[in-house]
Formats: sequence, structure tokens, C-alpha cells
Amino acid sequence: MNPDVVVMGAGIIGAACAQALRARGLGVVVVDRRGPASGTSAAGEGNVLVSDKEPGPELDLALASRALWPELAEDAEWEEKGGLVVATAPGAVVPLQAFAAAQRTAGVDACEISAADALAHEPHLNPEITAAVHYLQDAQLNPVKATRTLLRGIEVRRAEVSTADGRSVTTTDGVISCGAVVNATGPWARTFGVNVLPRRGVVLVTTPIPGTIRHKVYDADYVGAVASGDADLQTSGVVESTQAGTVLIGSSRQRKGFDETIESKVLKALALRAIAMFPMLASVPVMRAYGGFRPYAPDHLPIIGEDPRTPGLWHATGHEGAGVGLAPATGRLLADLLTGGTPLVDPHPFRVDRPEVMV
Amino acid sequence: MRVVVVGAGPAGMAAARTAADAGAEVVMVDSEPDAGGQYLRGRAKFSHPGVTHLKNTEAWMVEGDVLHLRGPAVLRFDALVVATGAYDRPLPFPGWDGPGVITAGAAQALAKQGITLAGRVIVSGTGPFLLPVATALQDLGATLVGVYEASSPARWLREARAVAANRHKIGELAGYRKVLPRLETRTAVIGKHGDRVTVAKLDSQWRPVSHRTEHADLVCVGYGFLPRTDLLPSASRTDDFLDVDEHQRTSVEHVYAAGEVTGIGGADLAEAEGVVAGAAAAGHKPPANALEAVRRGRLFAGALARAHAVQPGWKSWPHQDTTVCRCEKVRLEDLSDATSMRELKLTSRVALGRCQGRICARNAAELTGVPFDGQRRVIAIPIPLGELADLPEEKS
Repeated sequence: MNPDVVVMGAGIIGAACAQALRARGLGVVVVDRRGPASGTSAAGEGNVLVSDKEPGPELDLALASRALWPELAEDAEWEEKGGLVVATAPGAVVPLQAFAAAQRTAGVDACEISAADALAHEPHLNPEITAAVHYLQDAQLNPVKATRTLLRGIEVRRAEVSTADGRSVTTTDGVISCGAVVNATGPWARTFGVNVLPRRGVVLVTTPIPGTIRHKVYDADYVGAVASGDADLQTSGVVESTQAGTVLIGSSRQRKGFDETIESKVLKALALRAIAMFPMLASVPVMRAYGGFRPYAPDHLPIIGEDPRTPGLWHATGHEGAGVGLAPATGRLLADLLTGGTPLVDPHPFRVDRPEVMV
Repeated sequence: MRVVVVGAGPAGMAAARTAADAGAEVVMVDSEPDAGGQYLRGRAKFSHPGVTHLKNTEAWMVEGDVLHLRGPAVLRFDALVVATGAYDRPLPFPGWDGPGVITAGAAQALAKQGITLAGRVIVSGTGPFLLPVATALQDLGATLVGVYEASSPARWLREARAVAANRHKIGELAGYRKVLPRLETRTAVIGKHGDRVTVAKLDSQWRPVSHRTEHADLVCVGYGFLPRTDLLPSASRTDDFLDVDEHQRTSVEHVYAAGEVTGIGGADLAEAEGVVAGAAAAGHKPPANALEAVRRGRLFAGALARAHAVQPGWKSWPHQDTTVCRCEKVRLEDLSDATSMRELKLTSRVALGRCQGRICARNAAELTGVPFDGQRRVIAIPIPLGELADLPEEKS
């Protein structure tokens, strides 16, 4: 029997779309060349963040997602650890506090705290920090487990898709006819007609030091790096631990296609930024490094909606580094639009028909 | 012309010597205090006027024409020879992660340090390497309970061509005559609790057909070897061993490989490969006798790989609560129904611990049927974050 919808891509976004569509009673098949969470989803830290988003459509989507995640992620190491954003330079204090004030008006729990309170939250933090904001809603999960949880009861076929229109998908395993197709192929979404580019990121993983770092802690300049579209290497200090006790150190952004090489200059920059925040990390061994590709839309907004050029072809991609955080609301919004329901958030900013997106 | 060689075992020493004789400036980097590698540990005397031997030095990344060393320090090269060898593969069985079970390689290393052993020992695994290990342990004063070879000797009867081309290998057996009476084939240790060791007779697929109890203080296990390929995470490989052409060139430009990192064939093959790689790396034509020795040795290596291939029946040895990954304490029952290695790791934490899957990744892949995607570590060894922060800005 032909499915109502074929979702291309079994990452966190494809899984969330499939789950939401299935919840509406639609028959869904997911197709992925390598299986669940084998690309970008497994290459990040599993962050569900509101702290790094300025007021606007993406923050609305993030807040809607944050409300949906706890119920969906119960078997996925869900942890409401909170985020701590710290200013490391005197000039960063005012912009950080202004950013937090604007976020509060948009519904974010952003509490300004003193440097002394920040040190009480994170005893190993560099005492030189100049200001801090505590974000209570920031959370973390295991993205592979979350993807598997969302895909429970949904058929996942391992095959590579060559072409797709709104009514069928041609795979290495044959043609699947269907009522609609969802392109959730992340950084590879360009193949199906939207302008999404890979933006490289590298994460360092230390040996386990359980209990040493408690929150997601990052440098206030991270928000600027996320918002930038520069192709050159940008790094910012982002430090957090996992439930296994290892510490994850990011973040880097670089546009260089799908080049998987890990460069020593990236390792050096990440190490310097992390040590500036947590001096004690200098003596902690790094066990491994891994990299991935964020799906980057040039105007920095996810793409969620039907392609006006190809009726029946829907896109859900372009979430850059925030796909885990934005997944449940993306799935819900896509399902709302596809079934003619009331949209969860205003879909207009995410439409496909944007000058920088249509290629 | 600078040739950098990583590893100072038989392959690395031969490569360094040959490249230096050909006129190259050679630096040989090795993590041990003395040349010789696993095979000749402490018994090799290496000195060559054209070779700078960097001892106690660990290399951790190749980046373009630069080798990164601990320190941090960098070595620029025109050609690089990777001769990093291989390490033992243990197979999990109930008790393998407890006291009194070590790898055969670790046992041999102990033996080479001259440590005396008074207890009862068993050597269990597959491949001709078991015999020198057993001999060394016996020479240290241990009581050898048994040498158990999981494969059937009949497998070698199919390898007449390889045996004929390598008759000297048969002669080597004579050196182990003291332990041969203790050799039992189609036999393996499949459990150890205290000094009670479960020894099974196996069928051709290594499934146990009967078992008995022996008493031993120490069990040394070795089911072949896994190559140490960390410096070349993107190089092309077959069954995890680096692919090389007739001049020992890998798929990475200006990078050669020699010795066990390309396949298991013994010290004489490793040395011949080192000669070929060293000459080619220095821009010379490899000597014909070395090329011929490599050709003959590879015949034997191929036969060895077939005759002592790990058979799937071992997967019935571990129980549901047997540890598969020692670093992260992952049991067989914790392994999920993943479709990729990455998915398997992130759902069970297998292979994510301190050893970075060196010991368990291959076994976990076989136990779950997930395709083994090779060992692709970007950072070859754990390095303090502060050392990464001190990396030089520019390549020197």
C-alpha cells in the first residue's frame, strides 16, 4: 500500500515530521540512505536552547518546541540543566544584558546574575567573568535516542533517493508513490531545490570528569557567531558535560563544502576559548574530536512549507545548529500546514518562497 | 628531502635505514624508550648516522605535510612512512574483564621485561603468535596448562602454495617444541571464574560442542590483530588494514605504510615492506629482492588471514550480562538494534570510553550485525586541552 507521505531523511527533523504526521493518522514512510540520526543529528551536542535566539520567528518556534520536548524525550536522557551565558570582556556586559532584557519581553526566562552567583552555579568558571545570564529553559537530550523515540512504530527504509516530486520518490530500492513528500535531508536538502549549504562544526570530547560542569555554559559572543554568515572560521566558547561525564567543547563554524578534514587551527581555537572560560580544563585530556555539517540557509531561518514550484513537495530543513531544539515544533507546524490545520506558529517567515531560499 | 617514519618496529627501522641510505634526511618517531617495537622490544640496537631517532615521542595527527607530535611539536615532511603496527584483539567471554585475563601481547611484553611468573597459565586464541607467547611464559617459570588454538590445522592444508613459498616459517616451529605437546586445536577458553576456567572444544564455526574445567591463574587471549591506523583516518582500507600499492603508497598523498598496519604477516614481511617504503619515500626504486620478499610474504599473510580468520561462533561465548566494552561497562544486553556504528555508540555508549573502541568496537559491530566502519579517530591519543591550545599558529 502506498503511504500518504514519504519523509526523506531520518534525522531529528525528519523523525519529528514523521511523528507529527502519523499523529494525524497519516501513513508515513521514512527513507534514509544510512539510517536514523546518521548525519547532522548525531554530530551535535543535543541542545534544546532558547538562550541563543533573539526575539523573532525562530525564538517563537524554539519556545513552542521547548514546550513539546519533555513529553517526547522521556527516554532520551532529557535533562533540564539550564544555560549560563557569560561575558568574558568588559565591553560584552551591556550587549548581553540588553539581549536578555529583550528576550524576557518575548517570554524567555533570562535571569541576570552576579559573577559571584555564576561562580556558585559553576565553581570552576574563570573568576574574571564580568556578567552572566542564567537561562532556566535551556535543556539537553541524547539526539540519537530522541530520533529513535520519535520514529517508534514508523517504517524506516534504508535507500538513497535520486529524485523526488510531490507525488513520488525514486530510490535505489524502487519508486514509492505517495500523496506528499517531505524533504528533511538537512545539509543535503539542496538536491531537492532549496538553497541550503553545509556549515562545518567540530566538537571536542574530554575524558569523563563527572559533576565538574553542570550547565551549558557559553561565551556571550556565541550569539554573534551564530548570526554571522561569514564563510571563514569562527569560534566561540561553548562548554557542557554529558550524562556520561565527558565534557563537550564547541563551537566552530566554517563554510567549506562537505570537507570532513579536521584542522589543527580549529582544535587550537576551541581549546583556547574553552580554557578562557574554565581554566581547569587545560589539564583535562581530549579523547576525541568529531565534526558535522549544519544545514545553513543564507537568511538564517528554517525552511518549513510547501514548494510553490512543485505541489506536494514540502521542505523542513535549514535549521542550522538548532535542529534538535526546533524539531518538535517544526514537525507540528509542517503537519498543521499539510493537513490544513491551524498553524502552531506563524508559518509566513519560514515559507519556501524567500529570495535567498529558492534556487 | 625529509622522510619521517612513525614506528620503530621491524618495518619502521627498515624504512628509516633504507631512506637514509638513499640520501634522505630521516626522522624516526616512536613512543617507546627503545627501538624494536612489540616484536623486538628491548632486543633491537638501532643506530644510523642518517636517522634521528625521536624516542618516547607520540604522534597524534597528520595534517597535510605536517606530523603533529605531543609537546606540542610539529615535523614537516616530504614523505611519511606509517609503520605503527597492530595490537591484539581479545574476544569477550564471561570473566574476560576480570582479574587474571590479559592479552597475549601484554603477556609477551611482560615476558620481555623479564618478570617471573610462578602460576598456572593458559594461552588461548588463534594464529602462530600463540606459540612464542606460550614459550616465553614457560621460560619465565610458569606452568603451562594449555595452548588452545580455536582454528583447525586442516585449514592450512588448503594453503600449499603459500606454505611452499615460505618454508622457513615451518622451521620456526622447531623453536617452540617445548610447548607443542600442550597445543590443542579447535579449543578455546570461553569462561573464567576465579581460577576455574571453562575450556570448550569447538566446531569449525567456533561454536562450543563440549566443555571441561581447567584451573589456571592467568589466561592470555589473542584472536589476531587490529591495525593501528589512527594517524590516517581518511586513508582507504580493506578490513581495516591500510591499502597500499606495490611501492607501499597509501591513498593519502606522500604517505606510505609498512608492516602490520597493512596486514599481518610476521616480522620478515614487515621488514621487507619497510625497505620498499623507505626506498620509495626517498624517491628511489625499491630493491628487487625486497619486492620479491614482499610478494612471497603476502602469500603467507593471505594464507594466515584465511586459516586463522575469526569464526562467527564466538558470538555464542558471551552471556547477556557479559561486558563487551570495559571502559564504559557496556554489557551484551545493553547493545541496541542499531543500523550504524554511530547509532550503536550513542545509544549504548559502547566504544566511547577511554580506549576509544580499540578493544571493543569490532566485537560490538559483529555482535549486533552493524557494519564495522573502521577505526577513524581524528586524535590518535588523549591530549590535554592545554596542549591543543598551545599548538603553533602556522605550520613550521
